[in-house]
Amino acid sequence: MSNSYLDPSTAALSIRSLGKRFGEKVAVNGISLDVPSGSFFGLVGPNGAGKTTALSMATGLMRPDAGQAWIHGIDVWAEPMRAKASLGVLADGVRLFDRLSGRQLVTYSGLLRGMDRATVDERTEDLLRVLDLDDAGSKLVVDYSAGMTKKIALATALIHSPRVLVLDEPFEAVDPVSAANIRDILSDYVSHGGTVIVSSHVMDLVQRMCSHVAVIANGNLLAAGSVDEVRGDQSLEDRFVDLVGGRGTNEGLSWLHTS
Amino acid sequence: MVAHLLKLKLLLLRNSFKRSPWQLVGVIIGGLYGLGVIAMLGVGLFYLGTREPNEIAMYLVLAVSLITLGWTVIPLVAFGVDLTLDPARFTTFTLSRPKLATGLLLSGFIGIPGVLTLLLLLGQTLAWRANIAAMVAAVICGLLSALMCLALARWSTTSMTQLTGSRKFKDVAGIIAIIPLILLGPIISTSMGGFESALDWLPTVSAVLGWTPLGAFAAVPGDLASGALLVGLARFVLGLGYLALVVWAWERGLHKAMENPMAPKTSAKAVGMGMFNIFPSTPTGAVAARTMTYWLKDPRYAASIVIVPLLPVIIYFASVNTGSTIIMMWLGPMLAILMAFSISADISYDSTAFSLHVLTGVSGVADRTGRVIACGLIALPVTLLAAILPPVFLDRMYMLPLLLGISLCALLGGLGVSSVASARFTYSVPLPGESPFKTPPGAGARMAVTQLATFGIMFVLLIPVIGLAIAQMVTGNELFGWLALGVGIVLGSVFLLIGIRLGGRWMENRMPELMQAVMVNK
Repeated sequence: MSNSYLDPSTAALSIRSLGKRFGEKVAVNGISLDVPSGSFFGLVGPNGAGKTTALSMATGLMRPDAGQAWIHGIDVWAEPMRAKASLGVLADGVRLFDRLSGRQLVTYSGLLRGMDRATVDERTEDLLRVLDLDDAGSKLVVDYSAGMTKKIALATALIHSPRVLVLDEPFEAVDPVSAANIRDILSDYVSHGGTVIVSSHVMDLVQRMCSHVAVIANGNLLAAGSVDEVRGDQSLEDRFVDLVGGRGTNEGLSWLHTS
Repeated sequence: MVAHLLKLKLLLLRNSFKRSPWQLVGVIIGGLYGLGVIAMLGVGLFYLGTREPNEIAMYLVLAVSLITLGWTVIPLVAFGVDLTLDPARFTTFTLSRPKLATGLLLSGFIGIPGVLTLLLLLGQTLAWRANIAAMVAAVICGLLSALMCLALARWSTTSMTQLTGSRKFKDVAGIIAIIPLILLGPIISTSMGGFESALDWLPTVSAVLGWTPLGAFAAVPGDLASGALLVGLARFVLGLGYLALVVWAWERGLHKAMENPMAPKTSAKAVGMGMFNIFPSTPTGAVAARTMTYWLKDPRYAASIVIVPLLPVIIYFASVNTGSTIIMMWLGPMLAILMAFSISADISYDSTAFSLHVLTGVSGVADRTGRVIACGLIALPVTLLAAILPPVFLDRMYMLPLLLGISLCALLGGLGVSSVASARFTYSVPLPGESPFKTPPGAGARMAVTQLATFGIMFVLLIPVIGLAIAQMVTGNELFGWLALGVGIVLGSVFLLIGIRLGGRWMENRMPELMQAVMVNK
């Protein structure tokens, strides 16, 4: 893990000593991290590692107990409105305004950001088309499947063409074809100068897709850097298990052997 | 196995307290209140014991029937099926059908309503203390009556889910079902026309109920006390038959639902852009369009619209009963405050969907204004009608200006107060998609304090206008009424502007905290 941090104004996302505790439990233990501009950044960690909490604090959804976060040099907690303007977020575990149709919801997200109606309408149709939600666009979101809900939420995060995209578990429940489409969109976005931060616990996906990766466990940052730096000559999955630990020996359940 | 299920329910209840101390406070307050009511009813039962057996039996059959009916009907509108122990989650375990049914049924006793009902029904013993045989019968029949309550509640909710596959049906049914319940009080009080005439027909009703599932068990001790042993025995057997029948019907419905879970019917109907094409394409207009859509589509908002036609009916009954139409005059101000109050928990109603407002960084003033516009578009015509029609039809034209003044001040000022309240205070409300009349457990204390304070402040802001109204009534000078109209509009608008600004600023500063609050409530 490198200790030389970038200047917050050059990184797409910078966090310094970000910490949060819930009662006795320390959810995020003073993490510092830089996401270089133009990178496809994977945030991996076991369940309950503090990924969602860290991302919530970096995107203005949750006030940190300590530390700071910048989006392209704009302090998220000093100038939240400005920081949010260049940020697109897919939050995990939140509801949508599901009594709206998909088209209404994406439009709503654009209009809330003060965009003009013509641009919003044009981009909404584009997003629905590439996410394969053309027909579903005029149905209520409450009737969507889990994967469709994820996709429409992604559309609400993309409508204003943000400079930085923060996606918490974007591929959960999404079918393989849509997932491949979404990966293409994100790769294209990165190749044109955007920055993507995804959290996931599918290591294989992160290794194939991301240029950079950070490993979080128990609220601590265990490793960060380019994917090749972090994994060395191992696969990312093996490296992850090494870092996080917790693999049992294979002698656990002898009675489960049926023969 | 049955003991395991009961232990599981107890554990779930205990863990819900660990999650939020407020819930524990709510349950304790609710429990103490319930115990107080039970204690008072116990005293009543004790004194009832000094009456003739016939009379005792009549009152007890009526009371128990009412309680049993309550258990059958109220869960339908209020909570839906109790899914604390969702039968569908036990499908992968090898539980025998009778054991699962017994466990689920008995688990109903774990919880405040179950315990209180059991205590109350066992309390019947107090009324029969003069007769040992009746007393023993009262203990047994009290237990069985309580079981009957739980079984009927399970049966009614389970058979209801069979009918309510579609979301739309659930949305509508939840609201329609509440209407008769709200109107029950006024209708009974009017149609009874005094307690004396009621004494004529109550014995007949009671005698009939004594042979139905609602009151069969409750009538048995009375039969024993008055020496009709055979009738009592017949009734007891009949009651057992009813109980068995209800349990059988419920158990069958339960298994039908578990074996063939219904695929949720989705509405294929396409919707256009709706309100988004009507309101201006600005952040404020978008919020107004979204909340207006919710006013029309979300049953939790539609429930506050249902109150609009009901309130005049209730007040009409009240005015007929008291013989004075003056109370009808206050319809305008009352509706204005109720409608304004309905957006005071708007962010709680948004639930975690509010995250979109946080992430897009919409300005607090735009958020507040949009919500006020949507509510105001519905509330303003309603308030105007409610303020104008009564004085016109009841020939009290001299009250028109002052009533309009109070109503408009109440609506505008109330919307201002709500704008501040919803930006600052959140509490547990029914979640999106839940029955609008469900009260989340433990919402009690915090909700009551917040709502009381909100209503209180709305009323305080009305004092100057009410002062002018009183001046007109004392002096008879209609000039004060016109003054009230002018002052009301001006003051109300000022309160509204201050409310939107203050609420907007608070909302912007507290967005992450609001987000945390709705996350906890989910």
